[in-house]
Amino acid sequence: MEKLSIILGKTVQRITRLRGGGSALPGLVIEHFDPKFINKELSKLPHGVVVISGTNGKTTTTKIVTELLEKQDLKVFTNNTGSNFVRGVISAILEDIKLNGEFDYDIAVLELDEAHAVKFSEVAPIDYALLLNVQRDQLDRFGEIDHTADLLQKVATATQKIVVLNREDPRVGEIKAAKTEYFGLSDKLIKKFPSDDDLITKQRTKSSDKTASVIFKDLHDNQATYTFGKKDYIVNLQLKGMYNAYNVAGALALCHSILPNTKMQRFCDDLTEIKSAFGRGESFQINDAEVELLLVKNPSAFQLSIASFADSDCEFMIAINDKIADGRDVSWLWNVDFSALKNIKMVSGIRAYDMALRLKYDNIKTDLVVEDLEAAVRKFANGSKKHKRIFATYTAMLEIRKIISGKSIL
Amino acid sequence: MKLKILHLYPREMNLYGDHGNVLAIKRRCEWRGIKVEIIEHEPGDNIPDDIDIIFGGGGQDSGQGKIEDDLQAIAPKLKDLIDNNTPCLVICGVYQLFGKYYKTGSGKTIKGINVFNITTDAGKERYIGNVTIKSNEFGEIVGYENHSGLTKLGENMKPLGEVIVGAGNNAKDKTEGCHYKNCIGTYLHGPILPKNPKLTDFFIAKALERKTGQKTKLDRLDDAVENMAHAVATKRPR
Repeated sequence: MEKLSIILGKTVQRITRLRGGGSALPGLVIEHFDPKFINKELSKLPHGVVVISGTNGKTTTTKIVTELLEKQDLKVFTNNTGSNFVRGVISAILEDIKLNGEFDYDIAVLELDEAHAVKFSEVAPIDYALLLNVQRDQLDRFGEIDHTADLLQKVATATQKIVVLNREDPRVGEIKAAKTEYFGLSDKLIKKFPSDDDLITKQRTKSSDKTASVIFKDLHDNQATYTFGKKDYIVNLQLKGMYNAYNVAGALALCHSILPNTKMQRFCDDLTEIKSAFGRGESFQINDAEVELLLVKNPSAFQLSIASFADSDCEFMIAINDKIADGRDVSWLWNVDFSALKNIKMVSGIRAYDMALRLKYDNIKTDLVVEDLEAAVRKFANGSKKHKRIFATYTAMLEIRKIISGKSIL
Repeated sequence: MKLKILHLYPREMNLYGDHGNVLAIKRRCEWRGIKVEIIEHEPGDNIPDDIDIIFGGGGQDSGQGKIEDDLQAIAPKLKDLIDNNTPCLVICGVYQLFGKYYKTGSGKTIKGINVFNITTDAGKERYIGNVTIKSNEFGEIVGYENHSGLTKLGENMKPLGEVIVGAGNNAKDKTEGCHYKNCIGTYLHGPILPKNPKLTDFFIAKALERKTGQKTKLDRLDDAVENMAHAVATKRPR
């Protein structure tokens, strides 16, 4: 059966590729033909399966964890094609498995959104889970934020070894599991991290009193301090933004849970080499100016991005689309407080005028509104030599990346 | 001149950026030299007498459960203000509770406060997407709906407008929202006011009229960005 599934899956993969098709079809076929396939293959992994879920930071955190484990000589299987669901995982397995059933990896580190993480837990084993946060994201899909927290609770219940939780998230911090570890913030930093509830009302001043194995203590420019077992570790990060530096704390707590005998200093040394993920603080050089591309999918991510970058001396552009992958509803822009930004050079995207309107009601001046992304990026990038930052929703980020890397503006 | 806005349950009922409506009223007052004070009402608080505008936003089911008792407690005061022509805007969850009742999917009935003669029953389908409606008084209104409640207007209840695109009150009779005196209830998020400045100015003008006792003509504002954002919204897929 296993061999048959592999041959069938690989055949479908070859045919879809010849036809120029997407990556999910082989997974779909095998999901129906051999529902136990995914369980069988992933159970072969000696260090088991890690699932990383939550609203914000999944992609970057998965990248950090994968690279930290690889630097410890583990062979890591991951779904880095962005196929954020069960089918995508099956497709990725089919890609790598040998015809004789050899699946030559030590551990799987998988990024799954909340709903797909639950589906995954129903068909495959989870040994470790890292749950980052529950924030407002595409509510048209999940309905409600409390429902999302329930989904993550199901993932935690299904996890066999250790669940690593963000103790500062009001919902994730309350998740129950057989064995839990926490990561958290210092009192100093918690003031800079609004939780989803706080976006609307009060700011917290004290961190959670749960015991955390790793605490993100301080950040100066890109120099982050983490506390682990009463000792401070200072790390020069290449990753941009305070929120990514906090994701690192989750990644460290998780990696320590998986490899308890590896010294924290080794993980910290390796961290300095890890770069931002695709469109999440990636840097491009255009005409002597550095342009950074920052994905903003929802209010919390946008708020944290603003908190990280508003005070720096640079020029800002914001690009808002409302395609399915961005979320059709743009009302979330009104859940973000933009007042820390003084001036926006350019707004763009399908919903450029919604963004300009939002800024107007925070009394922020917008220099230009250009709906067409290519024209907007060209104009923005060819302005001054100042450092530039572009906040973009998902599909706008993909388009801008294409425009910039296609060098069509140089 | 200063207007006092009562913001009902900003913590419990805060979905979909609805509090952007309060910001829209505040700014359009400030830009005309009218001061604004926002009073955030949480369960247990008292309601001051000199309120000029009332606002309540949408929330999740758990939020609705948390405000149920307090809403009953403050109902006489709210109804008194609304019957005395205080402008009031309520969205989605609070709109439903301004009617006779809201019957949830699990069969539980939450009592409303009878400002509007309307009833709401949870439906099986969820209505999600961009909405355009037409109103005689305010012209074209755009917004975004996300609800499963089916609302029926009772006798003599006027809708806010007629549905052009979207489901509206109940996906059947083409009505959207409810308009009684200066109180408007609607399913429209978006938030509704920023992209429909005529509606925002209605609340401000009515508040000033009530406060000063004379008809008020508001200073004109440059609404180019508002109108562009409005126009784009009407062209987007549902």
